[in-house]
Amino acid sequence: MTQPVTPRRRSLAWPSWLQLSWSWRITWLVLALVLFLPLGALALKAGAVGPSQFWQLATTPEALATYRISFGLSLLAALTNGVFGVVIAWALVRCSFPGRRLLDSLIDLPFALPTAVAGLALAAIYSSNGWLGAPLQAMFGLKVSFTWLGVAIAMVFISLPFVVRSVEPVLEALDRDQEEAAWCLGATPRQTLTKVVLPQLMPAILSGVAQGYSRAVGEYGSVVMISSNVPFKDLITPTLIIQKLEEYDFASATVIGMVMLLFSLLSLLVINGLQVWGRHWEANPAQGV
Amino acid sequence: MPHTLQSRLKAIPRPSAALIIPLIAGLYVGVIILLPALEVVAGAFAKGIGPLVQNLGSEELRSAILLTLRCTLIAVPVNTIFGLAAATAIARRQFPGKALLLSVIDLPFSISPVVVGLMLVLLYSPTNGLLGGIVSGLGWKIIFSWPGMAMATIIVTFPFMAREVIPLLEEEGWDQEEAARTLGASNWQVFWKVTLPSVRWAVVYGLILTTARALGEFGAVAVVSGNIAGQTQTLPLFVEDAYKQYDTELAYGAALVLGGVGLVSLLLKLAVEQLLGGAKESHPTS
Repeated sequence: MTQPVTPRRRSLAWPSWLQLSWSWRITWLVLALVLFLPLGALALKAGAVGPSQFWQLATTPEALATYRISFGLSLLAALTNGVFGVVIAWALVRCSFPGRRLLDSLIDLPFALPTAVAGLALAAIYSSNGWLGAPLQAMFGLKVSFTWLGVAIAMVFISLPFVVRSVEPVLEALDRDQEEAAWCLGATPRQTLTKVVLPQLMPAILSGVAQGYSRAVGEYGSVVMISSNVPFKDLITPTLIIQKLEEYDFASATVIGMVMLLFSLLSLLVINGLQVWGRHWEANPAQGV
Repeated sequence: MPHTLQSRLKAIPRPSAALIIPLIAGLYVGVIILLPALEVVAGAFAKGIGPLVQNLGSEELRSAILLTLRCTLIAVPVNTIFGLAAATAIARRQFPGKALLLSVIDLPFSISPVVVGLMLVLLYSPTNGLLGGIVSGLGWKIIFSWPGMAMATIIVTFPFMAREVIPLLEEEGWDQEEAARTLGASNWQVFWKVTLPSVRWAVVYGLILTTARALGEFGAVAVVSGNIAGQTQTLPLFVEDAYKQYDTELAYGAALVLGGVGLVSLLLKLAVEQLLGGAKESHPTS
């Protein structure tokens, strides 16, 4: 299975470059059926649309409005979590307080809770008679459920764990001597934080923000229930794809789906780049940034 | 706490921050995560336990649960076999394109579930699919039926197992396998008696993550299901449908079941982490 193949067994049937062990055969077969075939279908169908029509369908005012909402609000959500995620990671790693373990387990809940459940709960809490929706409306006249604000909150919920879980191990591994040295040399706490600690956390923070952003852009389940799904108001791109499919407008669905796929590939590239940078930083901290 | 030099050093940047930071963290997590979780429980029990039990006995809910289980029971073995095969093939070799292959395996985590569903429609839809002709020629029904939903579940949960097993196997090294082989074990024996036992906790961990995500998958399944009540409705789709039709109690009842599954998976995951001596998983898995 895992060892280099012994030539005597297979030399009859397969040319040498095709001599794959069973583990490789299963790997390629499943990858082809599960991943390459569906990806190929989307790419071929999108290619068949033709460049000028592709551009036209990808940039209709309706589609552009959903990009603004999906990509814009996700950025807002990811950046919010970028700030609070660091605070939470700091609390988990550096502080001891009652309920620390509970807080730690709660962070994983957005991964564990099925998105339909999260969507239902968020829509209910922020509705005009919900636990938070009612006071927000009474005090500030804010409507959250069925507006873009609700969409943003669902995105915050879904992307919160990424920054925390990405920063935590780096913060744990951080050398406390440096901070003590900075303190002994007369640095203020603020200087220690901004000049010593944060620069070292930056690759992990950015990587977490990028992962959360990518997740929030693609999220459907928890957003669709808190959104009113009205175009130009709070309709996100994934929901637009579903609406197009329901209208049997396959060309539009394909083109917009392809735009989202290209975005996923790009964000994967960026995240991998950030993680390589993070490892490089760990290996030689002096040369980073 | 007395302000000795030592305690001040521990409390860089500021002693008071030791209070404020956990407070902010707790408030934020409380509002964003804990409140929604409590809302599910409160909503489900709002009318008391009687109506809840009655709702949970409904025929449509039962068929939704069965369909969810069917998709999960297909997706989990497929992804487990793939994960183990990919791990034994990839983990301990260096070859050009290894990083690329690992990224490709991770790809389903970055693709929107809705796009996953779209890809399957464009592949298997009898009218618009790339293989539509073949599929309808064979008389198969994939889109708007459970095989398509099972496939959507497979894709969405695809990377979990491979991603847990590969790093562990990379650390293990070859020694034990080579020893077994020298002693005359066949490839198959080496796999069952040496490789698999050495990664068993990663497999358990991967099983938990795959199952939890498969049971809760929504977007990808929604696209290919057609959402026909009693036929192609999984539990998450059932929650949304009941909610849309203002059958709030039924929606909360189903959400409680589904949320319970999520909670159990989280607790199992914590238990496994505990067993492994606090070797904590640092990669969040979407």
